[in-house]
Amino acid sequence: MEQKTISLLKGVVFVVCLIPAILLFYNAFTDNLGANPVEEITLETGTWALRFLVLTLAITPLRKIFGWSILIRFRRMLGLYVFFYACLHFLAFIWFDHFFELDEMIKDVIKRPFITMGFISFVMLMPLAMTSTNKMMKRLGGKRWQQLHRLVYVIPFFVVIHYLWKLKADFLMVGIYTLVFSVLLLWRLWYRYSNR
Amino acid sequence: MLIKKSDDILPSEITDKNAYLNRRQFLKEAGLYAAVASAGGLLLPVSSEAAVTHNENGIYKDIATGPYTVDEKLTSYKDVTSYNNFYEFGTQKGAPRFRAAEFKTRPWKITVEGECEKPGMYDLEDFLKTDWMEERIYRFRCVEAWSMVVPWIGFELNKMLKQFQPNSKAKYVEFETLYDPKQMPGQERAILDWPYTEGLRIDEAMHPLTIMVVGLYGDILPNQNGAPLRLMVPWKYGFKSIKSIAKIRFTEKAPVSSWMKSAPSEYGFYSNVNPNVAHPRWSQARERRLGEDGFFSRKRKTLMFNGYGEQVASLYSGMDLSKHF
Repeated sequence: MEQKTISLLKGVVFVVCLIPAILLFYNAFTDNLGANPVEEITLETGTWALRFLVLTLAITPLRKIFGWSILIRFRRMLGLYVFFYACLHFLAFIWFDHFFELDEMIKDVIKRPFITMGFISFVMLMPLAMTSTNKMMKRLGGKRWQQLHRLVYVIPFFVVIHYLWKLKADFLMVGIYTLVFSVLLLWRLWYRYSNR
Repeated sequence: MLIKKSDDILPSEITDKNAYLNRRQFLKEAGLYAAVASAGGLLLPVSSEAAVTHNENGIYKDIATGPYTVDEKLTSYKDVTSYNNFYEFGTQKGAPRFRAAEFKTRPWKITVEGECEKPGMYDLEDFLKTDWMEERIYRFRCVEAWSMVVPWIGFELNKMLKQFQPNSKAKYVEFETLYDPKQMPGQERAILDWPYTEGLRIDEAMHPLTIMVVGLYGDILPNQNGAPLRLMVPWKYGFKSIKSIAKIRFTEKAPVSSWMKSAPSEYGFYSNVNPNVAHPRWSQARERRLGEDGFFSRKRKTLMFNGYGEQVASLYSGMDLSKHF
């Protein structure tokens, strides 16, 4: 595929991935988020971070299974969207839940295991986002960069626990995500083993 | 206190014309909701004014406001009727409004069992007595740390329970929601141990603050809010106020509620609103009042017994409330 087409495609994907955030802002400003808009924003931003994590982890299996090598060109963007929605989710937490009172927030992170889990996930995303540029990749060297970015295989574990410990009942959706992540990660193990 | 008697027609005898006229709108929106939900996004605005305005000439419009009324801003009818925890109709807050639209609340039977002189099957109509009815404006505090202020229409539970003549062994009252998976799709999955069960100590049940609700905002109780008959115990977390009640049982031993079975370390029998005792996973010190505490205001402090301590604190004197949570 031509470089021009790829750049255009990237632009399209970039805008499409932004749509959930735009809709959320639009609906917040027009008071269309229901009786508890603050909760809705927190839930939606978290859910979208989760969905983009699934997409990011799906790139390699899809590439290998179907030979869609072009997908690799979008992996970084999808990964950065995980971080983008996680940032919004974290912002919602410190703003809506604690109104920027840092000591209260820190207490919550320490005392409430489900928040601890979410916070750990967020912290682990940070170095990945920060080292996502070509420049950083070069600076770290391919091997070290790759080692660092294996963190992405650990993050789903913390994210799923964060989700699970927050729920009161009805574990259907968290079950589905657990299954999807398991398939995506186990496929990698299997692929490595069978291609040795 | 005076209760106005508007006429001799039982509220139940009047067809709710507004609800009837809105039928098609409900169906249309239910379709829209399903479409949006299946698209996975749930981001598009699904709220529409048509289905969430009450009839200003509702059947209970002339019912006088009773005691214990809270002088705080009412939560809008729209918010009260579109943000519901009613797992029998879905675990998403917006779902019950649509999925309960076709729920049949007439005829409605209430089975009365256990330690009383007059057990049996009763008709809902037996309790819709005009001279019992009052409007009670109560705070409503959910265990999820949000709250509302709602003008309920109902009657004191003690008036109803006395008719069944509980005997001296009746130390507790157990309530059950209707079990009907055909009508209540949420019951097809074991989200909780159906039918939904709740309970009160007999003195809590007989307390004048405890009411049975049949309406809100002067109108008939919407299905998503627990029609045709629900409990309202304003000093306890919302889940204690069981909806669509089909069974009442007087017992000697403390009933085990659905939430106690689901997570015994998290939900106790009493579940009194208490800012000092955290839910094991989140704090109960503050709450978000819907429609008021939004983007630019902090969550407000939760009051002990949801602000009804003066009336109910004596029920629990000498009890360690961190143990009996």
